[in-house]
Amino acid sequence: MLNFFSSHWSILQAQFWSLLVIGLANGFIYAMVAIGYTLVYGVLRLINFAHSEVVMSGAFGGYFALRETLGSTIPNGVSSIGYVMLGAVVGALVGALVATFVERVAYRPLRKRNAPKIAFLISAIGASYFLVNLAGKEFGRYNTVLPQPYVNKTAFTFLGAQVQTYYLVIVVFAMIMLVVLDRFVAKSRLGRSIRAVAQDAETASLMGVNIDRTIGLTFIIGGALGGVAGFMIALNTGAIYTMGFVPALKAFTAAVLGGIGNLRGAVLGGLLLGVVESMSVAFVNPAFIDVVAFGILVLVLLFRPTGILGERLGRTA
Amino acid sequence: MKSLLSKQSLKKLGGILFLTALVELMTGGPGQQLTPNLGLKLSFGERVSYFGLFVTQRWLVFLTLGLIIFVLSSVTWRNGSPVKYVRGTVSGFSKYVPRNKYARALFIVALVVLVFLMPTFVSNAYWRAAMVEQVAIYVLLALGLNVVVGFAGLLDLGFVAFYAIGTYTTAWITGSLPLAPPFHHALNPFWAIPIAIAIAMASGILLGAPTLRLRGDYLAIVTLGFGEIIAVLANNLFSVTGGATGTNQIPHFSFHVGPFSYLWGLDPVPYYYLVIGFTILFFIAFHFLNESRIGRSWTAIREDEVAAESIGINPLKFKVMAFAIGAASAGFAGVITAGQNNFVTPDMFTLQFSINVLVLVIFGGMGSITGVSLGAVVVQVVTMQLDHNPPSGFIPQDLFMYLGALLVVMMIFRPAGLFPAKRRHREFGQASQGIGHGNEVLMGETNE
Repeated sequence: MLNFFSSHWSILQAQFWSLLVIGLANGFIYAMVAIGYTLVYGVLRLINFAHSEVVMSGAFGGYFALRETLGSTIPNGVSSIGYVMLGAVVGALVGALVATFVERVAYRPLRKRNAPKIAFLISAIGASYFLVNLAGKEFGRYNTVLPQPYVNKTAFTFLGAQVQTYYLVIVVFAMIMLVVLDRFVAKSRLGRSIRAVAQDAETASLMGVNIDRTIGLTFIIGGALGGVAGFMIALNTGAIYTMGFVPALKAFTAAVLGGIGNLRGAVLGGLLLGVVESMSVAFVNPAFIDVVAFGILVLVLLFRPTGILGERLGRTA
Repeated sequence: MKSLLSKQSLKKLGGILFLTALVELMTGGPGQQLTPNLGLKLSFGERVSYFGLFVTQRWLVFLTLGLIIFVLSSVTWRNGSPVKYVRGTVSGFSKYVPRNKYARALFIVALVVLVFLMPTFVSNAYWRAAMVEQVAIYVLLALGLNVVVGFAGLLDLGFVAFYAIGTYTTAWITGSLPLAPPFHHALNPFWAIPIAIAIAMASGILLGAPTLRLRGDYLAIVTLGFGEIIAVLANNLFSVTGGATGTNQIPHFSFHVGPFSYLWGLDPVPYYYLVIGFTILFFIAFHFLNESRIGRSWTAIREDEVAAESIGINPLKFKVMAFAIGAASAGFAGVITAGQNNFVTPDMFTLQFSINVLVLVIFGGMGSITGVSLGAVVVQVVTMQLDHNPPSGFIPQDLFMYLGALLVVMMIFRPAGLFPAKRRHREFGQASQGIGHGNEVLMGETNE
């Protein structure tokens, strides 16, 4: 219909590998954000609507960290890695902090009272809206460009695809964090408590699991990953108070696509969504890329609401 | 003194100080493009004069306030804070409505007359316009969203999409879009009403039918996405919607029936009567709908879907119905707006709009038609006042921050709203005792 579709097979043929690299990099960002949705969904059976603001706040955290430490010259080599790590760590801390704030203010009082589900959704959307506009007020309603911690150039060429430093940074950081998370949830005592609460909260609490602390922990982990993802997004596009909305919606799509409540599913869903979205420039007018993710969400909900790997609340991975 | 330093008490101190810091941020100065931390600096560091008596740093004042609240709360409110979630009886609007049948009728008639005479009391041009564009229309929208959120208990965050569909349909029917109108003549917006309602309803059904089978929170996020998608489409489908500039060719409402003819113009007052007339119709229709078999089915589904299904109610059917009715009223409101404004642009349709309408419903009391109408009037009048005559240091955009906070505060302290519907109020109370569908969400240990 009209200018919605554009058929450019040639683009796909010529740039397949480039598109794949971009798609994977975006996919890793979606995966990191999707983990936050899936973890909270696992323990609370709720979508955390305020997660988009966690992403946004992580970006601003990283921005301030870099702005305060970076000089006027763009660093190189090892110091670049140091600066990126600094930004990521501060982003993670701020993200975790904001996620904890949301849990304490918007979820815990209602949880204590056993409020109906709709009350949780409304208070979460309220918290999200509050945080967006607070950020807009505090940081100005402008796009803030991040000081660059590295020179973005083609790091190497892979099958004709020029892999930029930026994509390399995303992929390396995301892979490390996701692997650590996977092992943490599978092996550690705290991870076991998360799985126990996800499986059966009441029984878990009888077995001595502190439910409040476990729920707090899931928000912290999800928030930290979301914060790092926000920082990574902002490295490329800059930070603005509304930046969380679209990545969060896509990450949610990714979480549903992989099977919500399923950690590995979230990663798979994120990567798949990233790649599909990136490849779809060959068929869809670039202005409508966001519509593609939404279409995928509706299709998944229609035909396979449990996602690709299925909802596996509380099992390893 | 000892109790002031106990672990629990210190936790409370932390909470109070955190909230005061938050209020300090909310009321402080804004950041700017090149100095994004200016907001922080102003909020905490700025020296402010208070009542012309003393000049001091903001943070000192707020710290003192926080400490005072803490000490007061520890000394006087031993048994918990006086501000808390009330589980007791309803103290809503119905308390003020006379019980006697005739007195009641008289009361309602007086209210309606008051509403109709409103333009004679309001002479200020700003308020005359606001009365229609920001109050009456929003009452109508809130009534529509109340069917979805209040009656059926579904969270629709993309209400704006149906509103957009209504406005664009009007523009299409009246021949003001690049897309050719379906009829030869450019029609006046009255003709758009049934068509816009039908299209909005159809899109509501199309969106709702697949998603309403799933858990309620999926609906919320799908509608959220849908609202955004509609804006993307409106912005980019140049040959249909006119792109980012939209159109400004939409004619005013008019009718020519035999010897009678009337043209609505730039004066807001005739529009006020037009909107009020329809709002009253919707009000009555929704009232009877709520009292009918359909309304009872919605209540049953809201309270316990499985039980409702077991007594032969088809949840999907009734949910889709509620969704479509909500969509229809948003579409209708879109027609009125299009006719009055004469223009439509994609940036009228933001998430902000959907949330604004949601705030009206929640504030008034979801499920209560009177509550929602009153709530909408109160919130919109306050909003417009703040917009028109902002207090020093207040930017109109900050309003949305307060609206978001209002949603959270309402859900914590008064989830059934300011003028609660009896039934809804009881549900929130019952849920806290584990009755109804409330226990889907994990309950924490109660250590209070």
